[in-house]
Amino acid sequence: MSKEVKNILIVGVGGQGTLLTSRIIAQVAVQMGYDVKISEVHGMAQRGGSVVSQVRYGEKVYSPIIKKGDADVILGFEKIEAARWLSYLKPEGILIVNDERIDPLPVMSGKARYPDDIIDKMKGLVPSTLVVNASDIALKCGDIKVANVVLVGVLSKVMELPIEEVEKAIIAIVPPKYVDLNIKAFHEGLKLV
Amino acid sequence: MKRLMLGNEAIARGAYEAGATVAAAYPGTPSSEILSSFAKYEGVYAEWSPNEKVALEVGAGASVGGARTLVAMKHVGVNVAADPLYTLSYIGVNGGLVLVSADDPGMYSSQNEQDNRGYGRFAKIPVLEPSDSQEARDFTKFAFFLSEEFDTPVILRTTTRLSHSQTLVEEGEREEIALKEYKKDAAKYVMLPGYARLRHVEVEKRMARLKEYVETTPLNRIEWGDKSLGIITSGIPYQYVKEVLPTASVLKLGITNPLPEKLIREFAEKVERLIVVEELEPVIEEQVKALGIKVEGKNLFSVIGEYSPELIEEKIKGTEIRNAGDLSSAVPARPPLMCPGCPHRGVFYTLRKKKLVVTGDIGCYTLGALSPLDAMDTCLCMGASIGMALGMEKARGREFAQKTVAVIGDSTFVHSGITALIDVVYNKGISTVLILDNDTTAMTGHQEHPATGFTIKNEPTYKLDLPTLVKAVGVEHIRIVDPLNLAQLEQVLDEELSRKAPSVIITKRPCVLLKKYQQDTATRYFVDDEACTGCKQCIRVGCTGVYFDDDAKKARINLKTCVACGLCPQVCKFDAIKVMEG
Ligand SMILES: Cc1ncc(C[n+]2csc(CCOP(=O)(O)OP(=O)(O)O)c2C)c(N)n1
Ligand code: SF4
Ligand code: SF4
Repeated sequence: MSKEVKNILIVGVGGQGTLLTSRIIAQVAVQMGYDVKISEVHGMAQRGGSVVSQVRYGEKVYSPIIKKGDADVILGFEKIEAARWLSYLKPEGILIVNDERIDPLPVMSGKARYPDDIIDKMKGLVPSTLVVNASDIALKCGDIKVANVVLVGVLSKVMELPIEEVEKAIIAIVPPKYVDLNIKAFHEGLKLV
Repeated sequence: MKRLMLGNEAIARGAYEAGATVAAAYPGTPSSEILSSFAKYEGVYAEWSPNEKVALEVGAGASVGGARTLVAMKHVGVNVAADPLYTLSYIGVNGGLVLVSADDPGMYSSQNEQDNRGYGRFAKIPVLEPSDSQEARDFTKFAFFLSEEFDTPVILRTTTRLSHSQTLVEEGEREEIALKEYKKDAAKYVMLPGYARLRHVEVEKRMARLKEYVETTPLNRIEWGDKSLGIITSGIPYQYVKEVLPTASVLKLGITNPLPEKLIREFAEKVERLIVVEELEPVIEEQVKALGIKVEGKNLFSVIGEYSPELIEEKIKGTEIRNAGDLSSAVPARPPLMCPGCPHRGVFYTLRKKKLVVTGDIGCYTLGALSPLDAMDTCLCMGASIGMALGMEKARGREFAQKTVAVIGDSTFVHSGITALIDVVYNKGISTVLILDNDTTAMTGHQEHPATGFTIKNEPTYKLDLPTLVKAVGVEHIRIVDPLNLAQLEQVLDEELSRKAPSVIITKRPCVLLKKYQQDTATRYFVDDEACTGCKQCIRVGCTGVYFDDDAKKARINLKTCVACGLCPQVCKFDAIKVMEG
């Protein structure tokens, strides 16, 4: 077991299902015998605001939140959310961005512009930035709602999590009637890396 | 096996294992999951109370009646319950009583960031501060013992970060605790001045005994490390300290009221530099200073906001952050907003259109204060909308009142709006009050309340009828409208505002997130480019389902998010938003 604590920051827009993704990853870490902490956002921000969940696992974890500059991976469910939290990423960290645009209120009301070049800006700072399109894959699986589990696949590959442990975690967490759909989405996600 | 649990779930677990049989709460982020988790256990009574004062009074009754009792609320809820709380301290308990106060440093979902450890000091009640879910479970269990041992209510203080983090918990078995015998004891339970004077003496004796007790309790402990730096801390900041200052000596306080003087002196004498790390108010620091000990704290840290590991590192070690880069200033903010299809949207669109003065209240509808709806003038605390509308009227006259509305949610109205409405009638106001009845307490996670007709365990119960209630306090003009029928809403508003009498308009439509009302609609809207003039009127409803295409200079419907509530088609003067055929 690696002693070093792994830090994963999962960011997105309230309602996108970031909580499920972080809970599955955390469950995998529990199954593997690690100490695990997750920090979640409930309440007001869940109404379409900027949300973040943080997963940390290792031999011993103290803080439930990740120190700025300490995230091994940032998984952004939406483009500008990934950019907003970039300062939490280690200089050599991995950035995964879902190619999804959700306009925030100031953009909708014309008070701000959506930065179209934000992916290029991220690539400028993190050349290895991995851009995926989870919504399309989810639609192909049969339900846009499983985009978050497609992203579990992407994350599992990057974190080198054992496939059978992730499947076990999905079975433990999602309602029985959705298990097959979610397992399928997970495997499609694995293929994206 | 250990299990991941939210701090809030762990508190419920601790209370269950301690044999608690009664629990009461009013929801409020970050406290709400405590009661909803507790209610899932077999063989316990749990309730959503109409407000926090009632919750604590139900708790006090259950405790006097001999049961171990859990009461939970968010920090500002304790203000509502403060009156019973201060005197409950005199009465003490029969069965143990634990009050959970969930504070919100950083104001993730609150109107202020008060530090409720202050209640412990001023009401003379012990305060426990766990720092992860395991401790949340352990300390809650222990708090029941402490409560009975010292004949006192106990405050368990959590914060958003603790309540909403999941960490591993080792669970235990439930202890079946027999109901304590109930004996009439007026001198203890009836707080007439003559009895209260005697009880105050008991309170002071109890605090003196507790002061001795906290010197040796295992909840307070020293973790010796390098003696050049000593940190006194509690709660979540303890974890941050261990994370970034792993070699420092730490005095970890599990009980922060009263403080262990001798232990603090012993620790202070042996370390070279002493710092208190505590979020919000310098509650510990000021008491350490009062002991004549040289200590740092708020000279380094702010009383504002939530702390973080990097903040503690920066303020104490002065390290610089290395990261992959920072783009946070290159992206627009993303404030929360109402869901597509939210019934509240129609109300605020109309209030804004009519340029009314709006005394607002707290709930999802407070989001009506944000651009582009921009339709709220005040929001103070739960229930304040109606009293403030009356106050405005008394200050500025009736004409002003005819341009003013009070807006309040159904749960909030039952919580604390009704008394102010009585005032409006009693003192001859002419306020127009809008009760936004979406059949739930939406903001805090969709809890039931007296006017939904269901209990916390989802059992059907008497459904408080709002029109009947409003009529009973003397309001004669009561109207019920659909908030997404703009023409009707506007007409009713005009009629009721012009009236020189109090009136209540109940806007009735369930929250779109309520599963029991959800139905898949086949309706799909689109924007007819020929009809759309690019006037952006539809954008003013502030819904993610409709946006403006800057290149085409036309509005567009986002089919991924639009739920076809039919609001934006009503605001388009050119009928450009049309139903897709087939
Ligand atoms: C004293 C107090 N208790 C609890 C809360 C938390 N809280 C904020 S809004 C709200 C109720 C919202 O319900 P409702 O009035 O029905 O409006 P909705 O969110 O459903 O639109 C609660 C419980 C608070 N802010 N203050
Ligand atoms: S949760 Fe319900 S009440 Fe709250 S914004 Fe969404 S639709 Fe409106
Ligand atoms: S009809 Fe208009 S206002 Fe209603 S959900 Fe769709 S886009 Fe939003």
